[in-house]
Amino acid sequence: MSNRLIVSLSPHVHSGDSIQKNMYGVCLALVPALVASLYFFGLGAAVVLLTSIVSCVLFEWAIAKFILRRERTTIMDGSAILTGILLGFNMPSNLPVWIIIIGALVAIGVGKMTFGGLGQNPFNPALVGRVFLLISFPAQMTTWPVSGSVEYLDAQTGATPLALMKWAIQSGDVSVLKDLPSSVDMLVGVHGGSLGEVSAILLLIGCLFMIVRKIITWHIPVSILGTVALLSGILHMANPVYADPISVLCSGGLMLGACFMATDYVTSPMVPKGQIIYGVAIGALTVVIRNWGAYPEGMSFAILIMNAFTPLINTYCKPRRFGEVIRKEAKK
Amino acid sequence: MKTFRIGGVHPAENKLSAGSPIREAALPKQAIFSMFQHIGAPAKPVVKKGDVVKVGTLLGEAGGFVSAPIYSSVSGKVSKVDVALDASDTRRMAVYVDVEGDEWEESIDRTPDLVRLEDRPDLDAQTIVEKIKQAGIVGMGGATFPCHVKLCPPPGQKAECVIINAVECEPYLTSDHSLMLEKADEILVGVSLIMKAVNVDRAYIGIENNKPDAIKLMQEKAKAYPQIEIVPLKVQYPQGGEKQLIDAVIGRQVPAPPAIPISVGAVVQNVGTAFAIYEAVMKNKPLISRIITVTGKSVKNPSNLLARLGTPFSQLIDECGGLPADTGKIIGGGPMMGKALISLDIPMTKGSSGLLVMNEKEARRTAPEACIRCAKCVSVCPMGLEPYLLAKISSQYMWEEAEKEDIVSCIECGSCAFTCPSHRPLLDNIRLGKSTVMGIIRERAAKK
Repeated sequence: MSNRLIVSLSPHVHSGDSIQKNMYGVCLALVPALVASLYFFGLGAAVVLLTSIVSCVLFEWAIAKFILRRERTTIMDGSAILTGILLGFNMPSNLPVWIIIIGALVAIGVGKMTFGGLGQNPFNPALVGRVFLLISFPAQMTTWPVSGSVEYLDAQTGATPLALMKWAIQSGDVSVLKDLPSSVDMLVGVHGGSLGEVSAILLLIGCLFMIVRKIITWHIPVSILGTVALLSGILHMANPVYADPISVLCSGGLMLGACFMATDYVTSPMVPKGQIIYGVAIGALTVVIRNWGAYPEGMSFAILIMNAFTPLINTYCKPRRFGEVIRKEAKK
Repeated sequence: MKTFRIGGVHPAENKLSAGSPIREAALPKQAIFSMFQHIGAPAKPVVKKGDVVKVGTLLGEAGGFVSAPIYSSVSGKVSKVDVALDASDTRRMAVYVDVEGDEWEESIDRTPDLVRLEDRPDLDAQTIVEKIKQAGIVGMGGATFPCHVKLCPPPGQKAECVIINAVECEPYLTSDHSLMLEKADEILVGVSLIMKAVNVDRAYIGIENNKPDAIKLMQEKAKAYPQIEIVPLKVQYPQGGEKQLIDAVIGRQVPAPPAIPISVGAVVQNVGTAFAIYEAVMKNKPLISRIITVTGKSVKNPSNLLARLGTPFSQLIDECGGLPADTGKIIGGGPMMGKALISLDIPMTKGSSGLLVMNEKEARRTAPEACIRCAKCVSVCPMGLEPYLLAKISSQYMWEEAEKEDIVSCIECGSCAFTCPSHRPLLDNIRLGKSTVMGIIRERAAKK
């Protein structure tokens, strides 16, 4: 007997946490918004999401198996499914299938597997896919069906709140903003936009779920939303052609980005202090791009830019070491 | 409810043996006394083959100031002085005694009567410390640092309070818990002795609130000791870490090495040590036995045993229902910081707080996956370090960077590896880095 004992170093127990638990936890947090997208955009949402998820998983499997020649593929860890959902959430519900597949290929192929797969990618894969499509297919990516238009390719399209806001700033005409949906509609999701980003309240509930389940901490979402609310509030008070903070927070990809894209483990900073710097910078960049940039939406660009700064933030933001306060006092 | 301020985890408690009364283990047929039962210089054997010894006879004298003497816990004949496998899984010098009868040295007071501090007005600080040193008492929580060294503050530093570690934050272990339930009076006298030894008038006993019965009993008994305060603590691992406990109880953080607890005015001793001190000073009994928790999910009768030092672990397991058939791993200590043993013939030592039997399934680690940079290791590290980074630079032999990232501050509590969703062996790599960097630092100091 005694020659068959297992020997390993401590700790000898584990919390039971796993990559799967975290990834599927995020997926679960996205379910309310997913159901809402099916309600608002019907068939279109179903086709886009399904195509996006299936092609993301297939591309990850194919690349790992045939190009990287890995013995074990990681498609069951939930990260490819998550990328698929997030990519789909970032698309208009009338996007043709072939464009979605290209987007998935860029997201998984270029955004993730090129760098070695899960854990190695410097940029959020879903956003890499989305921004690639936005630049390559600007027309298809920026004609959004209106809420309640449940057809697929021939859904009825209309102006989104973001387009109205941009128009108000460019024309200097405050009355344009009168066409914005009411705050309640903005919160619930009765307005045009990419299929998963419209229902701010359900995205917030998902975010809360992740914080309670300790999948993420509050630092990134709160710092992004806080910064955007503060800056757009100041702008709105200074000049009413800038929309009110609630409309700004609920429009475009802001809520989805702050709660689910910027909080991606791999591409965000490790330490709370760094996470707050990252979040504030994303919020500020978003406000700048939205109001004074060429595109009406700035969230994806802001997150990708800050993804690039994450290694630098990690280098300079260290957690407070045990006993540090006293060490500093002693030096004085 | 008080607790420490940085990081921490909450492993499943699994205190299977909680509430089971202390049971005296049978005498072994042969007892083996390692000369390495403490941190510091090993003890030097003073007996030879054929010598007849009694319970309490000196077997090995202290090998220096940071060292402790070893006494026989049994009576009989020394059969050999030779190497033996000990709880560190290495072969080191030991004294083997073949047990005959149970004869005690005359000097030991074996009566159960409580001796209070008021009964012994002759005791002064120096006498107490000397008694503790002579009795071979070491930190009983598992660190096994010679006790008298901690009671002699370096010049220029003064103790302000005594903190008694009754946290027992390791899952499964209940030896301190059972000791408090059965020996509360003796412990309180022991604490008073420590206070007198370091000349302070304030002591705190930190107990996690998963032991409400012990908290209640100790608070009841401590009413007679106005200088001793019972501090209930929120359950959080690694609260039994010396630095974490000081932070939790008096809200002070010990700076990085070379600072030590006394730098913030605290002297920390384990509750088992306090009891041993009582027996040494008041009963003239050297450290020859201790409470050990023998436990595990497949163990028939998880128990708290009062066992003589030198008893082989196999016998202790037999007393608790025998070794389960599905045994995969045997751990000396608790599951978070204990050491996996390579044999059951290893004898128990002064630091043996627990013996944990894990079944085959629990014993195996899950295969590691890629780091997903979730930062959970950073958020649970009680020392404010970045385990993912330390593990990575250690695995790449980047020692200079590791030193800059304060790798030597790591207390090896294992919270990072416990938490990691990717099951990465973070602490394995950090240990490699820490011991290498400490070696580099020592070398540098030697050159100067």
